[in-house]
Amino acid sequence: MTLDINTIVEILSGFCLLIGSFLCISGGVGILRFPDFYTRMHAVGVTDTLAAGMILVGLMLQNPDALVVIKLLMILVMTLFINPTASHALAKAAFHNGLMPVLDDTEILNSKERNKTTDNDLEPK
Amino acid sequence: MRHTLTLFLTLAAFWMLNSGHTSVLMLSLGTISVVFVLYIAHRIDVVDHESQPIHLSYKLPGYFLWLLKELLLANIAVVKSIWLGKNFISPAFTTIKATQKTDIGKVIYANSITITPGTVTVDLVGDRLTVHALFQENLDILKAGEMDRRVSRLEN
Repeated sequence: MTLDINTIVEILSGFCLLIGSFLCISGGVGILRFPDFYTRMHAVGVTDTLAAGMILVGLMLQNPDALVVIKLLMILVMTLFINPTASHALAKAAFHNGLMPVLDDTEILNSKERNKTTDNDLEPK
Repeated sequence: MRHTLTLFLTLAAFWMLNSGHTSVLMLSLGTISVVFVLYIAHRIDVVDHESQPIHLSYKLPGYFLWLLKELLLANIAVVKSIWLGKNFISPAFTTIKATQKTDIGKVIYANSITITPGTVTVDLVGDRLTVHALFQENLDILKAGEMDRRVSRLEN
């Protein structure tokens, strides 16, 4: 059996798309499984970086047109630049509004107490 | 002047690659829009070494390749912990020191931390970064400072 270049590219593309989809699902599962806001954000990071990258590389391999490949590359670069900005804005907003992260077991109780005090502070008198 | 020129070239290339048209009418319309954007950029005073970091451009590709490798490793670690469950994560929260001298260096460092899955920069005050990490080891690696050194090397 002979493998021509088109078949190889097709297989590679399918492989990238498959891995990308798996990583997207992993990100979603992570959002559901992780305990608090900050850890969930890390799960989203997977979808943002490697999953998007893999899917875009897979799409690049699907299309022989150079102009389309460059546009997909631009989308990839833009996602990589915009995502950290967005996640940082989200994390900073949460932190400055008094949401304390749940840390290791030893400190969970501690942070719960801190959460309680900040909740009381925020309540209208 | 140098920054205006690079901004012009970047915008022109961006327009060209996005449109793909080569007729005279389209090209002249493209030129007009590029010049208009340049005018606005000058009016709001954003054409400088921070929006056009050309002094970094020949060092950045090497750093991006290294960052890509780190991204890959971090992604694998986070995906593993997602499927293994809650008992395999050890969330940690601390401040670390950034040794970069310029603002743009600090921003590159903070954003590099954020884009790596498993670590997020929550706050940046002076040269102290507040970082939340999914694993305690992530923070130890950051404190060892390899990424910090690489970003510092970028700026001089």
